[in-house]
Parts: sequence; C-alpha cells; structure tokens
Amino acid sequence: MRPIKLVPDNTNVPFLSYRWWAMGLSITLLVASIALVAIRGLNLGVDFSGGQQFRVAFAQPAQVDDLRTRVSSLGLGEASVQQFGDPTKVAIRMHLPDGDKDATDKAVATVRNAISAKYPDARFDNVEAVSGKVSAELLRTGALALTLAMIGIALYIWFRFEWQFGVGALFTLFHDVVLTFGFFALTQLEFDLNVVAAILTIIGYSLNDTIVVYDRIREDLKKWRKMEIEPLLNMSVNETLSRTIVTSLSLILTLTILLVLGPDVSFGFTAAMLLGIVIGTFSSIYVSAPILIWLKVGPNSFVPAAVAGVNERNVKPEGFIK
Amino acid sequence: MLDFPRWKVWLTIVTMVVGVAFALPSILPPSVTRYLPDKLANTKINLGLDLAGGSHLLLEADVRDVAKQRMEQMEEGVRTEMRRADPRIEIGDISTAGGELSFFVRDPRQVDAAVEAARRLTTGIGVTGQRDWNVAVRDTNRVVMTPTAAGLDKKINDAMNTAREVVLKRIDPEGTKETTVVRQGPDRILVQVPGLQDPQQLKDTLGKTAKLEFKLVDLTADPAQVAQGNAPPGSQVLPYPDDPTGVKKIAVQRRVMVSGDQLIDANQNYDQRDNRPNVDITFDGQGGRRFARVTQENVGKPFAIILDNVVISAPNINEPILGGRAQISGNFTVESANQLAVQLRSGKLPVALKVIEESTIRPELGAESIHKGVVAGVVATIALMGFMILTYMRFGVYTTIALFLNALLILGAMAIFNATLTLPGIAGFVLTIGAAVDANVLIFERIREEVRRGRNTLAACEFGYKEARSAIFDANITNVISAIIMFWFGSGPIRGFAVVLSIGIATSVFTGVTFTRLMVSEYLKRARPRELNL
Repeated sequence: MRPIKLVPDNTNVPFLSYRWWAMGLSITLLVASIALVAIRGLNLGVDFSGGQQFRVAFAQPAQVDDLRTRVSSLGLGEASVQQFGDPTKVAIRMHLPDGDKDATDKAVATVRNAISAKYPDARFDNVEAVSGKVSAELLRTGALALTLAMIGIALYIWFRFEWQFGVGALFTLFHDVVLTFGFFALTQLEFDLNVVAAILTIIGYSLNDTIVVYDRIREDLKKWRKMEIEPLLNMSVNETLSRTIVTSLSLILTLTILLVLGPDVSFGFTAAMLLGIVIGTFSSIYVSAPILIWLKVGPNSFVPAAVAGVNERNVKPEGFIK
Repeated sequence: MLDFPRWKVWLTIVTMVVGVAFALPSILPPSVTRYLPDKLANTKINLGLDLAGGSHLLLEADVRDVAKQRMEQMEEGVRTEMRRADPRIEIGDISTAGGELSFFVRDPRQVDAAVEAARRLTTGIGVTGQRDWNVAVRDTNRVVMTPTAAGLDKKINDAMNTAREVVLKRIDPEGTKETTVVRQGPDRILVQVPGLQDPQQLKDTLGKTAKLEFKLVDLTADPAQVAQGNAPPGSQVLPYPDDPTGVKKIAVQRRVMVSGDQLIDANQNYDQRDNRPNVDITFDGQGGRRFARVTQENVGKPFAIILDNVVISAPNINEPILGGRAQISGNFTVESANQLAVQLRSGKLPVALKVIEESTIRPELGAESIHKGVVAGVVATIALMGFMILTYMRFGVYTTIALFLNALLILGAMAIFNATLTLPGIAGFVLTIGAAVDANVLIFERIREEVRRGRNTLAACEFGYKEARSAIFDANITNVISAIIMFWFGSGPIRGFAVVLSIGIATSVFTGVTFTRLMVSEYLKRARPRELNL
C-alpha cells in the first residue's frame, strides 16, 4: 500500500508570477482591515475596555431584547447583551459605576437581582469586574508583548539569515496580525486577553511557514548560484509545497474539530487561529518571498564577496528540473 | 543515523518514563492514582480558575497611604526623641506640609544636637549607604527631614509583604484551601480561591485593615458640639453606627490606651448574660498589664472599642479587667463576629487594599470547558493520527507515538514545575502539537525528496534528519523568543500561554526529532528495508 501523496512529486507551479495579483489582494485586505478597525472598532472584552461582565445561562433560549431593556433601565448606563455560545447563554456587558468598591459591589448585586427576579432559573456562570486602570494596563502590556515579540523574532532572523529576511519576516507578521485584527473588527467577535494569546499563536504558525520557506531559499541560493531570483524562489516554494500542504491540513483538521466541539469560551480564539493558518500559509508564499525580490536578495547574499568570484564558474542549471 | 550511543537510548527512555509517570496523576481518575506512591500522586497539574471555577481578585494598595503613615510616625518619633534627649531639645512649629517634615529648634545652640537626634531616627537602605530620610538645616534653626524615594519603596515593599501574609491568613486561616496569594508588581496582590462562588464575604474580610484601638470616651465633650462633629482639644469625633443615643457619633480621647498590635488571639464566642455573639480577645503580657491598669483607673467610665476608626461599642468598665482577656461586645451576628475574629487574629493590614479586578467563574462553566476541551482534544488527536498514518504510513505511526508521548510529557513537565493550565495554555498546547507535527512533516518530506534524488534508504533518512534540522531549529528558537518576551511583558493568560509554549517546545523537539529518530534507526537496523514506504 502506498501512502497518500497530496502533492505530486515534482510540482512546478509558477507561484511568483502571480505575485502582482497577490500583492493587490494583500494590500486590499490590509487597507480593508485597517479601515474596519478604524470604523467599526474591536468588540473589546472587559479585559481591555474595563467595566463589568456577566455570563448568564438560562433554562430556555435567552430573551436578548428583554434583557437589554431590563438591564439598561437600572440606571447603570447602557448594557450590551449578546448571545454567546448556544441560544440559552448571553454575555451582558456594562460600564462600571464611578466611585469606590462598594459602588461596584452594589451595581453587581443590582444587575443580579434584576435578572433573577424575572428569570429565577438564571445561572451566573461568570461575573467579572475590571477597573479602567487595570484594563488600560492590560491593553498596554498586551500590545507591548505583541510588538516586542515581533521585533525580537525579526532581529533573530536578521542574525541567522540576512537583513532582507528579517524585514520580510517582520512585514509578514505585521500583515498577518493586521488581517486578524480586521477579522475581529468584521465579525465583532469578542476581543479579550485570550485572543491576544491566539494572535501570538498565529504569529508562531505564520513564522514557522515563513522560516521553512526562507530556510529553503537560503539553501537554494547557495546551491544554484547563477539562477535568476524569481525562478529560484518559485523552486524553493515548490520544494516546500508538500510540507506546507500537509502541515496546514493537519492543523486545519485539528482546529476545525476544536471549533465545532470545543468549549464556547474558546470559539473566538480557535476561529482566529484557523484564520491565522490560512493567512499564514498565503503570506509565507506571497508576502515573505516576493519581498526578497524587492529587497534585492541575490546569489551573493550568503557568500562573502571575495569568495563569490571563485564561484563564478558554477554551472547554471537548466531551469530548475532536477 | 544508525549508531545511537547506548547512553543516549537509555537517557531518552528514562526521560520518557519519568515524564509520563508525572503526567499520569493528572489524567487518571483518583480511584487509580491512589495506588501510586504519595509523592507522585500529589504532583498534579493546577487548573487555572477559568477551567476549575472560583474567584479571582486583584487588590491594589493605596501607596499614598503608606507615605502618609510614614510621615505621621516620623512626626511622633521626632517629638519623643527630642523630649528624651539630654538636655531636652525644645522644638516647635512642627509641620508635615509639602511632603517634608520640618520643625523649629528654639535654642540655636541645640541645632546640631537636634540634627544628630533626627539622624538617629533614620535607617540605612541596602548596601549603598543611603538613608530612608535626608536630614538638613534650613534658615539656621529649622530642621528639615525629606523622605527618600528608596526609603519609601522599601517601606511599601515591606508593607506589601506583610499585607500578603495578612491576606493569606484571613482567607485561609487553616491553610487547607488551595488559595493563591501572590504579590504582583510593586503595589498589588493577586488572590485566587478555587471553588469559591461568591466573593462578597471574601471582599468584606479583605476590605478592612482591622486596626483595633481602645480609647477612653471623652465625657467632657458637649453633646451638641459632638453632633456637629466638633471635639475638645485632645479628643476626636468618630462614627458610632450602633450608638444607643441615636447620634451615631461619639467623642473619644486621641490617646490610644491599648492597641490591636498587643493582641495574641481572637475568637468568636457568646456573651454569658444575653447569649449574643461577641469576640473574645487575649492580649500579650505588656498589653494585658496596660489593659489592667487603664481599666483599674477608669472604673465606671465608658471605654470605646474602635475598629478602623469606627466605634464598634463603648461599654462601661464595670470592674478592672485583669488577666489579659477581654470581650468585644457589639451589634454582631455570628458571621460578623467570626469575621472580626479572623481579621483581628490575622493582624492589621499595614495598608488599605482596594479591589481593582474581580472575576468569578462557576465551576460548572469550568467543568463544561474541560469536558468539551477533552472531547475535542481526543477527537482531534485521533483525526490527526489517522491523517499522519495515511500520509506517511510507518513513519506516520512513529509520529503519532511521538505526538502522544509529547502530550504526556508536556503534562508531566507542567506537573513537575507546578505550572497552571489555563484556556490560553490549551492554545499553547495546540501550537506545540502543531509545531511537533510540522517538525516530522519537514523531516519526512525531506526524506521523500532524498529518495527521489536516488539515495538509498539509509542515506535518505540520514539526510532527511540532517537537512531538516536548521528549519526546525530556527522555527523553534523564534517561538522560544516570543515565549520569553510574552512571559516578561505579558500578564495573566499570556503568561500561562508562554509557560506551556516553552515547555512544549522543549518536549516537542525531543519527541519529534530525537525520539522518532530513535525509532526510525531501530527500524532501519532491524529490517534493512530496500525501499521506504513513505
């Protein structure tokens, strides 16, 4: 019995010839994401927005409108009520009253009582209150961790490869993160600290892809010294294609199962990761590789200039059929 | 490829066995784990509150309060020190305005002595020789003391350490709950109580500083003036919610007769006369003697019992109270009396704490998350195994064995390091499983490539492992970099993610590369296949 081969042995897809189209798509998506975040904004969870949040489970499907008017009429400000997971569950979010901690406690009790009065079977699964000071801090440290992680990774790649690869990786990460933000602005899925962890995961995956492709490009650059950069990049991407497909498929498989069967609280988070795999795979081919062309990576990138002359007599391969 | 040194084989096997052994207590039901040795059975993974349910509170200290208290203590210290000096130093116009303490020395010849005396009140910090207060002379006979930043930081640090202990004693006096009380940053304390569903009582217990004082009631005060909030010199007006006269205010002398610092025990009890809940307190030797003397001298007069500047009750002293034991009576319920006893027993909080973040998760929600997570995890693992086996046949089987062991190793390592598993931690778990699959895919694809180039099976495997190494290495190192950065700068969930990620990277490289390689080399050695079914 032969194992399945998802990708034929010697593929020769001219990926890089479509790079202008891909770049157009990337730029469109980037602009759309930034616009979406700017216009619609992110649906920030209490972690980042401050305030209080209740997750309530009812015996019957929740009356979202009724809950909204009921809670909003308590004089504690406008409440946002959203269905969450299955129809019997809602997340209610509202501002935290100003003042000391007693005011918070009182507000929590008021909301609890108002809901319990109408729906005696309501179960408060999760009650959270985050002061504005803490939420601002969480937002800051989250953003800081994200930015520093990206810079640290780019620096490492610059040391291990060449500066063009560092820039390429950084831009790829930036591309993937912005698109993920765009996704959250579009779907209005709750954006909380867990999602930051998901974005970091996306960075991890996307980076894996990018590094595998870069590693092969570096290897091919050393091996085929007289080859034009575009066919060389094509060759590297094709050589790693079956790995890309197998890995991506196995991750998509796992994450889809997590998305369908996994806990409600991790839905947004798993969705983000799933999207991240798709974006990451796309960007490792169409963002991180073409950047190398524009940044003028050439056969001498990994060889000191003096040695380069010696290698001048290397045989130029016929295309890249091996 | 084939020559695996014997020690390396054994090391690999031992690591696997130890890792898996430590993972077992966390995944097997208690009915099985009780047959394990105690040490092993108790080494379990902690579940974060998002999975286990419970309450989480983030408390913040009012740092300005510490600075203010420090200034007050220093003022008191200066007065005593100057009085005690020989010859006595006459001072006046003592002021704490503008963040500095200054006083006027009446006799200009005594200025040096005053500075000397003031210096004695300061202490050094660390090894730099810096003091916690700077002392200087201004306008020839005014001594100025300025608190240094380092001194204040040290004081805050000490106060926070004490506060942490007090909080721990209040929440978990018997030390039986799995409570986490840790300091976070310079002025915060994180409290996590698994299983607790209503944090209200917890917050009430923590909200009080529990500064207990006994002061004499000022009988000379004019009741009308007291109602206005005015007291004669040397006295102060304090709130008295249970005031039988209905004024809800009372004038007491400023001087503290006995304080809670001299307390050694406090218990909830019942009043022998009317069977109402009260609190029994016991003083240490010095406190007991003072209490005896004060009550002897003031028989028939009311004595105010003050907690956090609120008068709880002001009973008359019927007879001298000797023997160092006393009762606090007041308008208590059994719960409130008990709460007060716990607060007094745990000691005074050196600084007031405010709840700035609170979250309560019902255990049902956590249990649901775990249940669904486990189901999804098992299904996903089976699907992934199927996929890998279909794609790589025999090598796919190796991968799935490695993946399975990897999952167990991560759990085992987490149990050994006493790490906490949270929801983002599960994401970290998924990421490392993904990275582990990727490492194997890279290797096997490379082997396929080498076979296509016409290498024999042995050389192809050799090259596959060798050539894939640099990509695997770079991919993992970059993940380590981000894990370190996340751990340093991130908070809560992000840290949990980083911990699992770091552990997972180590174990997945080990299982995905070293362990599969061991299996592949064994296979090549025994079967000597001419062709790889890959």
